[in-house]
Amino acid sequence: MSELIEVTVNVNSEEYRRSVEPRMLLSDFIRHELSLSGTHVGCEQGVCGACTIQLDGAAVRSCLMFAVQADGHQIRTVEDLGTMDELHTLQEAFWEAHGLQCGFCTPGFLMSILPVLEENPEVSEETIQRAMEGNLCRCTGYQHIRDAVKQAAEKMVAGGEA
Amino acid sequence: MKPASFEYVAPTTLDQALERLAEHGFEAKVIAGGQSLIPMMNFRLAQPSVLIDLNKIAELSYIRLKDDELRIGAMTRHVQVERDALIARHAPLIHEAMTKIATPQIRNRGTFGGSIAHADPAAELTAVTVALDARFRLQSAGGERWVPADEFFFGMFATALGPDEMLVEAAIPVAPERTGYALEEEARRAHDFAMAGAAAVTALDEGGKCSAARLVYFSIGDVPTDAGDAVAVLIGKEPTPDLIQSVVDTAADRLEPSDDIHATAEFRLHLARVLGRRALQRAFERAAVEAN
Ligand SMILES: Cc1cc2nc3c(=O)[nH]c(=O)nc-3n(C[C@H](O)[C@H](O)[C@H](O)COP(=O)(O)OP(=O)(O)OC[C@H]3O[C@@H](n4cnc5c(N)ncnc54)[C@H](O)[C@@H]3O)c2cc1C
Ligand code: FES
Ligand code: FES
Repeated sequence: MSELIEVTVNVNSEEYRRSVEPRMLLSDFIRHELSLSGTHVGCEQGVCGACTIQLDGAAVRSCLMFAVQADGHQIRTVEDLGTMDELHTLQEAFWEAHGLQCGFCTPGFLMSILPVLEENPEVSEETIQRAMEGNLCRCTGYQHIRDAVKQAAEKMVAGGEA
Repeated sequence: MKPASFEYVAPTTLDQALERLAEHGFEAKVIAGGQSLIPMMNFRLAQPSVLIDLNKIAELSYIRLKDDELRIGAMTRHVQVERDALIARHAPLIHEAMTKIATPQIRNRGTFGGSIAHADPAAELTAVTVALDARFRLQSAGGERWVPADEFFFGMFATALGPDEMLVEAAIPVAPERTGYALEEEARRAHDFAMAGAAAVTALDEGGKCSAARLVYFSIGDVPTDAGDAVAVLIGKEPTPDLIQSVVDTAADRLEPSDDIHATAEFRLHLARVLGRRALQRAFERAAVEAN
């Protein structure tokens, strides 16, 4: 085992400090060290997108970063969105438009799509498609996910959210 | 799977990184965006004992115009290149290539230098930099040297980089007037590595005759494959569809693509013909618009 390195990260506006081995993936750090199990792990090779989180506001694969590299950075995971009682607009749209079945891929989709809608919710079909391009879903066939994103975008435009 | 153990260092200057590299040589690997290296470490195809993280070296991230060249720092992320106005204006071929590289999440982390140093035969930037006559600056603790793109790629994942050297920047000549360009590729899904692709750069003179033509394939062989004089015969002629077709057929006859799990050699050859023709055609169309 190599030396432990101290890491301080801000996750969902809360500061966490942990000592970890350099080889610990950020995805494992989030799930096992911080017990935030909403971030899913599918492939650990960057393909599936289930582990997508936001690093300093940009969607990235948490399986393709080491936890030590996140030292001093801001991380946002799916736990930062709504609660069971009060879903985030995007989560609510996924629910209403049947944007999920098993739900394994959902946190990744939410974290990939949200920065795009937050930058500008007036999105074209093409922008939506591009925002979904890096996430795989084995259940829905994608159409319902696209519908959900459209619905959320419309609500965000109407509600002046962004 | 999980990566094997390693020692982690995160220098904040290029000099520190080069010193570390000189010290550890073959034992060490630099990590840029990690978008190719970490998958390899996760599957234990790579097991460096020392990992030198370049992400804290701010001086390696820039896009600037210097004389008649664009200079791109090795740690400039794909997403920065994709959105940069200087790139769109002076190196439109690179601009066009960017959104074809991987997915948005991977482009948020992956770097220009990493893509080139990694030398995946299917990486768009290998063929694009060769087609644009780019040069790369390689630096070690002992000094620096410039290597032209067409001498940089040695084989699959193999380059001119020595164990103590880093790629620090790429220099790309600004596109001259009346130049057209195009990148064509075929992948199974939007963000996958291409099964085959072609990058074209062409120019027209005042009379509408071809004054320059370059076609470079990727994902056809282990290194970017320049169609060379097969395409240069266009120079001085009017690039009619028939002529383009015959030129592309000659070029394809010289290719020796290989089979792998992604595509058969035969299918690759077919793609090379189709994509080569489309790339040249579209490049000439754009050159004609530029010329007007
Ligand atoms: C799912 C998926 C799909 C992808 N699809 C594509 C695609 O379609 N097209 C494409 O081109 N790429 C694709 N990629 C790869 C992506 O573009 C990577 O970002 C890129 O290949 C490597 O860049 P990096 O900065 O992440 O390098 P890293 O992964 O950090 O490094 C890669 C290698 O290069 C070396 N290296 C990095 N920087 C330097 C340097 N400055 N000097 C010397 N050596 C250096 C490292 O030591 C390592 O050996 C894909 C990746 C994934 C995970
Ligand atoms: S687990 Fe990270 S992309 Fe699949
Ligand atoms: S809902 Fe099951 S994988 Fe997407």
